[in-house]
Amino acid sequence: MPTDGFMYPNEIELQWSVLIALYPYLTGLVAGAFILASLERVFRVDAVKPTYRLALLTALSFLLVAPLPLQLHLGHPERSFEMFLTPHTSSAMAMFGFVYLWYLMAVLVVEIWLDYRRDIVLMSRSSTGLKRLFYRMLTLGSDNISERALQLDQKVGWIVTVVGIPSAFLLHGYVGFIFGSVKANPWWSTPLMPVVFLFSAMVSGIAAVMLIYILVTKLRREPTDMRCVDTIARYLFYTFIIDFSLEMLDLIHRIYEADESFRSLDFMVHTRLYLSQIVIQIVAGTLIPIGLLALTQVVKLREDVRKRIYVLVGTLTLIGIFAMRWNVVIGGQLFSKSFLGYTTYKIGFITREGLLMTVALCILPLIILWILVKLLPPWYQPSEERLMPVSAPGGRRASAGL
Amino acid sequence: MNLTRRHFLILLPAAAVAWEHVLAGAPEAAPNYKMAEHWWGLLINIEKCIGCGSCVRACQKENNVPDGYYRTWIERYRVSEQWGVAEPIVDSPDGGKNGFPPSNDPNMKEFFVPKMCNHCADSPCTQVCPVGATFITPDGVVLVDEKYCVGCRYCIQACPYGCRFLHPEKKTAQKCTLCYHRITKGLTTACCEVCPTGARQLADLKNPKDPIHEFLRNHSVEVLKPHLATGAKVTYYGLDASVR
Repeated sequence: MPTDGFMYPNEIELQWSVLIALYPYLTGLVAGAFILASLERVFRVDAVKPTYRLALLTALSFLLVAPLPLQLHLGHPERSFEMFLTPHTSSAMAMFGFVYLWYLMAVLVVEIWLDYRRDIVLMSRSSTGLKRLFYRMLTLGSDNISERALQLDQKVGWIVTVVGIPSAFLLHGYVGFIFGSVKANPWWSTPLMPVVFLFSAMVSGIAAVMLIYILVTKLRREPTDMRCVDTIARYLFYTFIIDFSLEMLDLIHRIYEADESFRSLDFMVHTRLYLSQIVIQIVAGTLIPIGLLALTQVVKLREDVRKRIYVLVGTLTLIGIFAMRWNVVIGGQLFSKSFLGYTTYKIGFITREGLLMTVALCILPLIILWILVKLLPPWYQPSEERLMPVSAPGGRRASAGL
Repeated sequence: MNLTRRHFLILLPAAAVAWEHVLAGAPEAAPNYKMAEHWWGLLINIEKCIGCGSCVRACQKENNVPDGYYRTWIERYRVSEQWGVAEPIVDSPDGGKNGFPPSNDPNMKEFFVPKMCNHCADSPCTQVCPVGATFITPDGVVLVDEKYCVGCRYCIQACPYGCRFLHPEKKTAQKCTLCYHRITKGLTTACCEVCPTGARQLADLKNPKDPIHEFLRNHSVEVLKPHLATGAKVTYYGLDASVR
């Protein structure tokens, strides 16, 4: 039985598929990873230095894929450029292209380029053939790596990061606003939505970078810097507490206020969304990770135990945050705006917006990250003779190896 | 300005594209029809609706509405009451296109509620459209430019009344146009035209002499979901509080 009770006749078909749940998930990872990177750069949290470049490359990989679910979802993707040419200024969605481009081109790419410029120049000098040409192109003709030039890079990079933090907030807060501003839908319509989206983004991004870092060190057979991972886990714990408090505030507010939509939404949470919301999002994806992180904060555990806990916490967190996106996007369409009925969502498999495509879009950023890491190794340490033409730039970059 | 034949030929295709865009945004017009002189709305008299479905059928035929989608539909409310709390049971088989199976429960009040786009003055669908493909005409009709719509479906989500759908073949948002091609020629909408009881009546809210406009001024009427402040222009007479 696809529907229960009464749905408006045009409501039976769900309009926004799993790809629309994937989109805020991907941008959330971007925003979270960038904010983690900025901890080192702006807030001088030296312990997370080993993940700085990895976090930036992770953010870039996910950001490059973020618009794809939207393009695949559009009825007329060939017309999407109209949002740039004739944006409708009253629409929250119209600003997507501009916010995206700003964040991609004015923040992330610039910051990565500035941070890697010296390495790119050195790699262009030490490589041959096509590789040399590639790195020479990446230098954009700027091959001055004197101490003064590198100091300037540092200064500009710092400014870009400072601008980048509110930009990352904007990128994801605005995604929350797209949902939070739909007054027709009581499941979405709350001013807390952008804030909840933002903090859940930070949670997911921090968890993703932590997991990727542990995985990368294992693949490279290098020791994991536990001081770094412990610090990341501590920040993850703090962010998680804020995120969970906000979500509970929203929930308590809804229960206490109990407006006309409450009976309908309450029924949904206890039936159709029980597994994805109560079991996966709240218990497995939030309470267990918070409990485990709290345990690592109060009990002195062995390194290998802590590492295993962090891997488990990271995995559960990523699943939990995806469940949160699912519950917002899909959950918000399972009940009728008449509050008199419910429908179901059946995900396709090999369809344009099906499961296979969703999995592919989740894997694609990891492939892009792998390529980026190959091209711009975060742990690149030029040998002494290559370093000869320049004096050490404060040691920050050279010591960024994992 | 010195325009050579060569330059003129180069500019011609660009001008043609630009002109097509200008035309795409302009609604159909008829001679002597002045948009600025009208502000359209509609009155639905619940007490007159018999749920025959003629309006749904006429709309589908007039506007070539695909099967399974509705620009207008009829809901049947059967409302029981327990301790002062209304318990409505609502159905709308095939949008009420073929009428409703009989139901004579003496313990329930029963009535029909025709639904359609409310052509809101402050329509949420117009507000959220990222490219401005959904717009309100100077005479108060909310329309979709299907040559411009990107098919993002944000407008469908934003409509509190469930009046929009994505056309399964054109992949653009669709909804009631208030038969704009008819009303700009001095005709009424297809649904109003065929209603055997006159339960639906087109109203020109800028014309004080319009009898329906006068009816609206002199009777207690209501719109759907007034708390959402969408400026709905489809007004109901005899609307029950249980209707959503």
